[in-house]
Amino acid sequence: MKARVTVTLKTGVLDPQGKAIEGALHTLGFPEVGSVRAGRVFDLELDGADRASAETRLKDMCEKLLANTVIEKYSVEILG
Amino acid sequence: MNTAIIVFPGSNRDRDMIAAVEKISGTRPAVLWHAEKELPAGLDLVILPGGFSYGDYLRSGAIAARAPIMDAVRAHAARGGFVLGVCNGFQILTEAGLLPGALMRNAGLRFVCREVKLEVATSKSPFTAGYTAGEVIRCPVAHGDGNYSADPETLTALSAEDRVAFRYAAGTNPNGSVNDIAGILSANRRVLGMMPHPENLIEPLNGGLDGRPLFESLLAAA
Repeated sequence: MKARVTVTLKTGVLDPQGKAIEGALHTLGFPEVGSVRAGRVFDLELDGADRASAETRLKDMCEKLLANTVIEKYSVEILG
Repeated sequence: MNTAIIVFPGSNRDRDMIAAVEKISGTRPAVLWHAEKELPAGLDLVILPGGFSYGDYLRSGAIAARAPIMDAVRAHAARGGFVLGVCNGFQILTEAGLLPGALMRNAGLRFVCREVKLEVATSKSPFTAGYTAGEVIRCPVAHGDGNYSADPETLTALSAEDRVAFRYAAGTNPNGSVNDIAGILSANRRVLGMMPHPENLIEPLNGGLDGRPLFESLLAAA
C-alpha cells in the first residue's frame, strides 16, 4: 500500500522559507503570487492491506515523528 | 559533579563542552554515544551539546530526540536530575518534549555566528544563581534554527512561572525568537535549554568568562 503524508506549518506560524520563495517568485515575474507556505511531503510504502488501520498508524507516525505538532499540522492520504 | 555528555552523529560542540565541564568542575565528564540505553549511576547532570545531529534531517533535533539514550535522559529529568541542552541540545530537548515550544528557521533565514548580548532573565535557577537578574552578559551564538516559537498559553506560563532564563538584550535578537527568548527552564527549573554557547566563554583565552557562572552555579547546586 502506498501512502502520502503532508506536513505544513500551522496557520499563524511565521514561515520565513515560504516568504523567501514568495519573494523569488515575484522576482521571476509571478506578481500574482499572494503568499507561499512551504511544507513537506513523505511518500511511504506500507505492508498490509487494511486502509483504516494504516491511516491510524500513519497518524501515530505523524504525532511521534513526522510532524512537530507544536508548529505543524499534517494530513494523511492512502494512495492505493 | 557527575556529568555525562551525550554525543549524537553530527554533534560538533561536544569537545568544547567536555573541556568546559572538566576545567570548571575538575572532573572529566562521561561521554556517551547516543545508542547507549543507560546513563551511569549517580549522575547529577546530563548535557546535550551543540552541532547538527543527524544532519538536521527532518527538523533540527527531531531524530536525536528519538535516539535510544533519550528514554534514560527523560527518566533522569523525571527524577529531578539536571539537564542542559545548548544549541542543537535545546532543539533536541524541545523535540523530546522535555521543554515546551519549538525552534524554527531564523527569521532572517541566515545562519548567525557571532557574539550577542544576553540578559539574565532570572537568577532563580540552579543554572543562573551565579548571575544577577537583569545582568547583561556576552555569549556567542552559532545557529540557523534558533527562532523560538510557542503558543500564547505556553508563553504566558513561561513568563508567569519565571521560566525564561535568558533573553537576547533589547535590539540584539539574532533570529526572531518570540519575546527575545534565548533560553528556558522546565517547570521544576532543573532542565535548561538555550541557543547561545556559554561553554565557549569560560577562560581568558576565549576572550571572556561570562559563561563560567552557569557551570559554577550547577557545581554549587549539584
